[in-house]
Amino acid sequence: MSAFNAIGEEREIDRDEFTPGVEPQPTWCPGCGDFGVLKSLKQALPEVGKNPEEVLTVTGIGCSGKLNSYLDTYGFHTIHGRSLPVARAAKLANPELEVIAAGGDGDGYGIGGNHFIHTARENHDMTYIVFNNEIFGLTKGQTSPTSPKGHKSKTQPSGSAKTPLRPLSTSLNAGASYIARTAAVNPNQAKEIIKEAIEHDGFAHVDFLTQCPTWNKDARQYVPYIDVQESDDYDFDHTDRGEAAEMMRETEDVLNEGTVLTGRYYVDEDRPSYTEEKAAVGEMPDEPLAERYFDDDAEWERSYDLLDRHK
Amino acid sequence: MSDDELIWRIAGGSGDGIDSTSQNFAKALMRSGLNVFTHRHYPSRIRGGHTYVEIRAAEHEVQSRGDGYNFLLALGDSFARNPQEEAYYGNEEIKPLSENLDDLREGGVIIYDEGLISEEDVEEIDLHERAEENGWHVYPMDLRGLAKEHGREVMRNTAGVGATAALLDMELEHIKDLMADAMGGDILEANIEILHEAYDTVSEEYDFEHELRAPEGEHENEQALLSGSNAIAYGAIDAGCRFIAGYPMTPWTDVFTILSQNFPDMGGVSEQVEDEIAAAALAVGASHAGVKAMSGSSGGGFALMSEPLGLAEMTETPVVLVESMRAGPSTGMPTKPEQADLEHVLYTSQGDSQRVVFAPGTIEEAYEQTRLAFDIAWDYQIPAIVIYDQKLSGENKNVDVDFFDREPSPDLGSTMTEEELKEAAHDASGKFKRFNYETAEDGVAKRSIPGQKGGRYLATGNEHSPVGHISEDPDNRVAQMERRLEKLEAIREELDEERDSTQTYFGEEDAEYGIITWGSSQGAVEEAIERLNENGHSVKGLSVSDMMPFAEKEVTEFLESVDEAMVVEMNATAQFRGLIQKELGRFGDKMTSLLKFNGNPFEPAEIVEGYEVNLADEDRQPTAQVRIEPAAGD
Repeated sequence: MSAFNAIGEEREIDRDEFTPGVEPQPTWCPGCGDFGVLKSLKQALPEVGKNPEEVLTVTGIGCSGKLNSYLDTYGFHTIHGRSLPVARAAKLANPELEVIAAGGDGDGYGIGGNHFIHTARENHDMTYIVFNNEIFGLTKGQTSPTSPKGHKSKTQPSGSAKTPLRPLSTSLNAGASYIARTAAVNPNQAKEIIKEAIEHDGFAHVDFLTQCPTWNKDARQYVPYIDVQESDDYDFDHTDRGEAAEMMRETEDVLNEGTVLTGRYYVDEDRPSYTEEKAAVGEMPDEPLAERYFDDDAEWERSYDLLDRHK
Repeated sequence: MSDDELIWRIAGGSGDGIDSTSQNFAKALMRSGLNVFTHRHYPSRIRGGHTYVEIRAAEHEVQSRGDGYNFLLALGDSFARNPQEEAYYGNEEIKPLSENLDDLREGGVIIYDEGLISEEDVEEIDLHERAEENGWHVYPMDLRGLAKEHGREVMRNTAGVGATAALLDMELEHIKDLMADAMGGDILEANIEILHEAYDTVSEEYDFEHELRAPEGEHENEQALLSGSNAIAYGAIDAGCRFIAGYPMTPWTDVFTILSQNFPDMGGVSEQVEDEIAAAALAVGASHAGVKAMSGSSGGGFALMSEPLGLAEMTETPVVLVESMRAGPSTGMPTKPEQADLEHVLYTSQGDSQRVVFAPGTIEEAYEQTRLAFDIAWDYQIPAIVIYDQKLSGENKNVDVDFFDREPSPDLGSTMTEEELKEAAHDASGKFKRFNYETAEDGVAKRSIPGQKGGRYLATGNEHSPVGHISEDPDNRVAQMERRLEKLEAIREELDEERDSTQTYFGEEDAEYGIITWGSSQGAVEEAIERLNENGHSVKGLSVSDMMPFAEKEVTEFLESVDEAMVVEMNATAQFRGLIQKELGRFGDKMTSLLKFNGNPFEPAEIVEGYEVNLADEDRQPTAQVRIEPAAGD
C-alpha cells in the first residue's frame, strides 16, 4: 500500500482545483506574461490527468518564483537559481511525483546556469519552464542574461556589451531531450507544449517568452509570433539534432530583430531518463525510496553487518 | 611516554601502498589483542611526495597519537624523478628515512631499505652518528632485492613487515590471514614467501641489540578497526539515511565515498553533482520529498552550502550536513587538520538563523553524534551539522564490534501520515497548515510529504503564513520567528534532561585546574591530563561536543569548579574560547588558550608543556595565548 495516495489517483480533475481558494491574488503587473504560464499549467495539468497533490512545483526567485503561490499544488519556492537541484532530488526520492521546476531567465540562465546545464545533461524526468522576459523584473529592470546586446538599464547605462545567452542551443548542447519555446501571447500553443513537456520522459525545457510590460517595453516584440511547425517558411525535422541546432540558432538570432519564432525545437523520445540510466547501472532503488520510510515492515540494513571488512 | 607501547611508523612514497600495508599491520596488532590507533600524514599530491602512517599499539586504551615514536620502517621513495626534478626536490629516495628521524625516541629501532637507499646517502645524513647519540638501533636490509627475487619489486612493503615482525618477535599468523583476505593466487603466494623470507633472514642473520618487543594484550570481544569517516558513514546508515549528494573535496570525500559504495546495495541513492550548492540543495529536496538525506563538504565547499542551509532552516526541512575541516583560509593546506571552521559552521547564512552543531571528539562519538544529528534534525525539522576534521576523518582505532549492535532508527520524526493529515488543520481552500504556530509543540509543527492526500502546502524561503504563503504581516512574522527559535531551547532541554551527555570528562572532579577542548584534540588532552595527574598536578578535563545549542550548563559548572582553565584547540584565533565567552558572558579572566595551527595535531607532551608554561608564568594576562611552535622536522 502506498503512503502517497494522491499519486495516480483516478478521478475527474477540475482546473479550478489548481486555483487557491483563499489567497493570495497574484501580485504580477497587469499585462504580465507570467499569467500566461499560470493559465497554461492550469489547463494542461488536468488534461494530462494530474491532480494537485501528485504535483510538486519547485520555483526559484523572481516574479516567476511566485508561480507556486498561485498554482495550488505541493510547492517549494526555493532560492535564487536553485530550483533544479531541489527538484531533481525530489524526483529521485520519489520518482512517481510529477515534478515541475520553474524560474526566470536570470534565475535559470544566470545564477542557476550551472544547475541548468547539469540537469539537462543528466536528463532528469521533469519539466522546466523558464519565464524568459529578457530582464530582471522583481529588482526593477536590470539587464539579464537574455537581454539584447546594447540593452540599456540602470546597471548597464551605456548599453550591454554582451551578446545574449542562447537558451535553446545551450539546452541542446547540454543534453535536454525536449526543447520548445512558446510565448504568453500564444495560449493555445503554450498549453499544448506544456502538456507535451509534462508527458515527456526526460528533461523537458520550455523557454517561455513572458513579456514584461513594466520594465521591458521592448516586450511588445513578442507579437506577432510565428509557430515554426505551422509556418510554411520553416521546414526542419525537430527530431534531428543537426537541423534542430540550426533552427534554434536562427530563432535566437532573429528574436532581437523582432521576429518571434516559437514551437518544438528538439524532441528525442529515445534518450533514457536519468532514473532509467541510474537503474541501468544498479544505483536506483526499485521502489520509490520515500515509500520505504512509511512502510512498517521495511527491513533496514545495519552497519553491524558491514564490519567484516574491518576485523 | 610508556615503554609498554609500540609506535610503528611506516614511511615511503605517497602511492607506494603505505595505507593498505599499515592498515593490515594495524589489524594484525589488533587481532593479537592490542588496542591500536593510527595517524596518517600525507601531502596533497596524487603520487610521489613522502608520506607516513603511524600505528600506536598497546595493551591499554589508546585515544591519540603518542609523543614521537619508537620504530621506523623507511621504505625509500620508489618514485625516482628525472634529473631536473631531483635538482629541485633533492634526493627523494632517502627522505622517508631522513625526514623522520627527529621524532624517533631514544632507543628506537630503524629498518631501512638498502636496496633503494645507498650507504653513501646514509652517511651523508650522519645516520650512524645520530644513532649512537640517541641509542637507536639501525638494521639496513635489501627489501627491494628480496621482493624482486621472490616476487615483484612493489612487494617490498611485505618484506618490511616481515622484518618488522621478526625484530618485534611477533607471530606471522595474523599478518598472513589478513593477506589471504586481501589477495589470492600467485600474488598471495609470492607475498607469503617474501614475508617468511624477510622474517627468517632477520631472525637468523641479525644480532638484535634493541629491547623493544611487541606488547601483549587480550580483547574480551571481537574488535573492528575503523576510521572517523567510517563511523560517521555508519552512524548515517543506522539512522536510516539513504540519500547523499556531494562534490569531492578532501577530507570530506571519505564519508561521501563510503556511503556511495554502500548505498546501492541498501536501496539508497548517492549523487555526485556539479557543485556544493547543488549538493546541499539536493539533500534538502530529497528530505522535502520524504527521505532521510545528507550532504557535506570541507570548509571551502561548505561555504557554498550557506544558502541551501539557510533555506533548510527557513523551510524547516530536516537535513544533516557534515563539515570535515582542513587547514584554511581559502584552499589552505588541503591534507592538514585544523579546527578553524567552528565560527564558519555556527554562523554562516543570513538572518537570525539557527541550526544544531555537534563536534565529536572520538570515533565512537562520531558514530553516536551522527545518529543524534539525524534524530534531532528529523524530530525538530532543523538542519544539524557534524563538524570534525582531517585528523578524526583519517585516523583508525579499534572498536568493540558490539558497539554497533543496535537497532536502526529510520523514523521520519515529526512527519504526518495521510491518516493523521485527515485530522490536521487546513485552510478554507484545503491547504494543510504545515507551519501552524497555534498548535506547534516545542516550536515544531508536523509536516506532510508531497504526494500525500490532504497535505499540500507551500514551502518557501520567504517568511510565510501557516499554509506557507509569503507573508510580511508583522504579527505572523513574530509568531513564526519565535516558534522557530523555540526549537533550539527545546533541543537544549532534551539534550540536558533526556539524553546521555555528549560532553566528555577526564580526571578527578575536585581538581583545581581545568583543560577544556573540543573535537579531535580530545584524545591528546585526555592523555596529557593522565600524565599531569601522575606527576602530581591536579588537573581535570572537559571535551565539549554540543556547539549549538551550546552545552551551557555543563561548561558553566566545569568553569565554576576550577581556579583556572586552559582551552586547547587547533586554530590561531581561539574560536572555541570565544564561543564560551559569547555563550556564557563570563569566565574571560579564568581562561587561557593553547593553540596550534601548523598543520599537525597536538601531541600529548605539547599539552603538558602548554600547561606548564601557562602555570609558571605568574605575570601572564588572562587572555594569554600560548602557541605551539613547529618542532624541528614538523
